[in-house]
This record gives sequence, structure tokens and C-alpha cells, in this order.
Amino acid sequence: MTMSTTPLTPEIVSQDGNAMVLSMGPQHPSTHGVLQLLLEIDSENVVKAEPEIGYLHTGIEKTAEGLFWTQAQTVIERMDYLAPSSNALCYALGVEKLLGITDQIPERAQTIRVLHMEMTRIASHLVWLGTHGIDLGAISVFFYCFDLRENILDLQEATGGARMHPNYVRVGGLNGDLPDGVLAQLDALIEKFPGRMRELRGLLQANPIFQDRTIDVGVLSPEDALGWNVTGPSLRASGIAYDVRKAFPYCGYETYEFDVPTRTEGDAYARFLVRLDEMEQAMRIVEQARRRLDRPGPVMIDDPKVAAPPKETIALSMEALIHHFKLMSEGFRVPPGDVYQAIESPRGELGFYIVSNGENRPYRVRTRPPSMYNLQALKGIAPGNLIADLVVMIGSLDPVFGEVDR
Amino acid sequence: MAVSPGGFMLARLDDVARWAQSSSVWPLTMGLACCAIEMMSVTSAEYDIARLGSEVFRSSPRQADLMIVSGRVAQKMGPVVKRLYDQMADPKWVISMGACASSGGIFDNYAIIQGIDTIIPVDVYVPGCPPTPDGLLYAVNLIQQQIREGGRGGILARS
Ligand code: SF4
Repeated sequence: MTMSTTPLTPEIVSQDGNAMVLSMGPQHPSTHGVLQLLLEIDSENVVKAEPEIGYLHTGIEKTAEGLFWTQAQTVIERMDYLAPSSNALCYALGVEKLLGITDQIPERAQTIRVLHMEMTRIASHLVWLGTHGIDLGAISVFFYCFDLRENILDLQEATGGARMHPNYVRVGGLNGDLPDGVLAQLDALIEKFPGRMRELRGLLQANPIFQDRTIDVGVLSPEDALGWNVTGPSLRASGIAYDVRKAFPYCGYETYEFDVPTRTEGDAYARFLVRLDEMEQAMRIVEQARRRLDRPGPVMIDDPKVAAPPKETIALSMEALIHHFKLMSEGFRVPPGDVYQAIESPRGELGFYIVSNGENRPYRVRTRPPSMYNLQALKGIAPGNLIADLVVMIGSLDPVFGEVDR
Repeated sequence: MAVSPGGFMLARLDDVARWAQSSSVWPLTMGLACCAIEMMSVTSAEYDIARLGSEVFRSSPRQADLMIVSGRVAQKMGPVVKRLYDQMADPKWVISMGACASSGGIFDNYAIIQGIDTIIPVDVYVPGCPPTPDGLLYAVNLIQQQIREGGRGGILARS
């Protein structure tokens, strides 16, 4: 993987004069964003594929250093734009650890967080499935996927106020409780889901064209997967059952019942099956979380140093007014220290290494974006395959470039 | 246009041509960031951009009439966007989708171009972060309106 500061134009012929060098991307329908691949090809066969990244470098980590702890969440949420809430949650959990308030987060807040994470996972896998289908020429899958995703986005819009970047998870809890009517919407979604899943499986799983194009394509052995630091569904499709939700539980994941789907083949088809299974497991967690939501309760920590006091109290209490003013004008301070927090995002282990020097802004926010590590594996699995298969491989690794380039 | 008693439709050739042109504005497949996901949503069954005749996303700039700059444009991506725009055949239109493409949005920093209009001419700006798919549909509507009113887009409009 390379990263230069200006767009690359490859030399057409390689050093030894035999192979041709082609540039695929950064504007290409099946690179899932702005990836450029420098392909050394020998007729139709790929000899070498070098990913060139950086076409979406946004400077998010640097911008976060200039914002208050809570404000930084806004930019951080925009890294992995298929699963915005996972970024926000991971960062919030890290800051909570630094503040030492991890066990004071209300239970209801944790439950809604879990609910949100799993719905995000389903929505993200739906986009992946839809676009993967298009890459392989199965266009109708896209419409089925986006129809279901629309229902999930409606739910997110109702709770957080925005379809894609709701900024709903906050340090200390949540932005607000679920509004009326959301639970009914959620029940409807839970009802609709199994039927839709059956349809999606029916469209692709036994489809001979789809199988021909994905089985034995882009095989990633367990050793290579570990060597390239691959995580998430791509790792589990190679037979290693590593899931942060099980290994290092957060938000009370240890109290939910769910399986970690794995396969041993390690090819694109296995990754497809693992993701489909994962969507069903995610729905299992959603159902369990739904049952816990009947009990009302607070959704924000009761600590005026971190959470703004309720609006009603501001007019009545001098103290509340001062707390509110302080929080809005200069945020809160976090004790010096550093922390690494990881969660299982739809793409794998998403981690934030956060350093505080006691100020009201982060000193450093370093991201471990799963997509970037997963994408590295492409260099290992691409050589020796046809160019057409490359499209399958990129799709099956599911990279998101907002996250790769940050 | 007027329908005459004999079942004929009378119109100026110009109007018919513009009507046809405005009903087949083909966008370029160029997804940049988060906004691109919402750009994909407009093609889904719920929003169905096919009603406007713009569902044919073309991967080659030579076949596209409309560039939707969907998302933040990094300094490294800027020259690529410019080149794609130059490769599109006239007449051509540009929608700047989202806060980032229009002004840099929340990323006022070293990495992001502060508004795509600093490198290519923009016809319609869509506010939002990301804009709703309805917002994008409305923007396409505005482009169609421009075409019907005789706008020519791109360099021709500015010559
Ligand atoms: S405007 Fe918002 S949603 Fe669109 S690319 Fe920028 S940050 Fe992402």
C-alpha cells in the first residue's frame, strides 16, 4: 500500500518491459470509493496489485484535536460512513474510560447503544451486499437491500434526528431517550426482517452465476489473515472466531445471547455467507435489546461535570445554570492519561487510542481503522487472478474509504 | 405545446429538443464520501430517480451529462475531479452535493478543498450533511428546469 500526496499516473510499461501497468481508479464503479490500484498485468492476469490510498484524506484526527471532547465526536462519526454510530460509540467508550465513569452509564443507555450498533451493522452489511451484487451484475439485490436499509434509516432518523450522522451516542450516555412511536416502528422492522433475509438469500446464495464468481476466489488463509492483521467478517470467514464483542465485551454484550458465525474456506463466498449470518445474529441481539426497553430509565449519566443538566432545572437553579454555561462554553476536562478502546464495527476491530493531557480537548486521537488493515490483504490475494476477479475481491473485503484515509 | 383538434401536437423544435434533453440527464458514477451513499439511495425504489430519467449512472465521463460531486474533496482528489470534468462532453452540469463539496463543511483544515467551486463551475448547491435524497432529487429538478429554460451548462453557459 502506498500513499503519495498527488494523484499517480503510472508508467505504462513495467521495468522489465514485459507486463503492462494499468491504473484502476480512483474513479471506478467497483472500487467502492476512491481507491486507486496500480495493476501490473500480463494479458488478463494480475501480476501485482498495489493499492494507492489517500484520495479521501480528510484530516479528521487532526481536526479532532482542536475541538472539545464532545464536539470531536461530530468529525469522528464521519470516518466510517456506513456505520457512523460505531465510530461515535468507540470514541465515547474511550473517553468514558479516561473519565473513569464507565460503570456509571445508565443501563438503558447501554441497551439503546447495543440496539443502535446492531442496527447499524445490518444497515452497513446491506449496503455492502447491494453494491457487491451490482459489481457482479445482480442489480435487483441492490433494490431489496436498500428497501430494508431505508426502514433502518427511518428508525435512526426518528431517534437521532438524522438519517446518516445522528450524533446520538454521546460521552456519558445518549443525546436523548427514544421518542414515542419508535418502539412500534422497531417491532415492525423485527417482523419484516426474516422474510427479507430469506429473499436476499434466495436471490444469491444458490445462484450458480454468483457461486461461480465467488467460490475459490480471493482465498485468504488463516495465517495470511492474521499476518495482514485482518479482522471482522473477513477474518471469521478464514476460520478464526475473533470477535471483540466476545473477547473484550463492552456495553454489556456479555449479557446477550448470540453466536459468532465462522467459515473455513476463506474465499469471497465464505465472506458473503459470514456477513449474511452476522446480519441474522445482529437481529437476534436487536430482539433481546428490544425486550429490555420496556423498562423506562435515564439515558444520560447524572454528573453535571459531564452531562448538561435538564433544561427545566436551568431556570430554577443557579448551580444548574452555571454547569450548563460551563459545559457549553468550554466543555469538560479529562484527566491526563491514555487509553485504547476497541469495538466490533461491521468491518472488524475498530479502535481508538486516545491521549489526554488534562485539557478540554483531546491531545491525540489515533484510529485503528479495520478497513485499512483489511485492504492490505488485497495485495496478498490479488496476484495470479483475473482482473474481473479483482472486483470480487475488493467487494468482499468491504473497505470504506472514509475510514481508510481518514 | 398545444394539441390541435386533429390529434397533432404543435411545438417548437427547440422546446421538444430541450424537453428530451432535460429528461435524460445522465450522472457520472463518482462517489466520494458519505454523501455518495445518499446518492446511491436516490436510485433505490423509495426515491426512484428513474422518474426523472436520470437513473443511468455512467462510469465513463464521456457519456455523462451531470457530475454530482458527492462528498468531501481532498487535496489529492481535486485534480482528479477537475480532469473528469474536463473529460465530460459539453453541455454539462455540476451539482455540489453536501456541505463539504460546497464549502468544506465541518472540515476547515489542510486536507479538504474549501468548496469544489474553486476548481470547477457549479450549477446547483445542495445543503446538508448529508443532504437527504429528496434534496438531491430537487437539485436534479432544478437542473432540468435550467435546461428547459435554455441554459446550456458548463463552459458554454459561461462563454
Ligand atoms: S457533507 Fe457531511 S455527509 Fe457529505 S461528505 Fe461531507 S461530512 Fe460526509
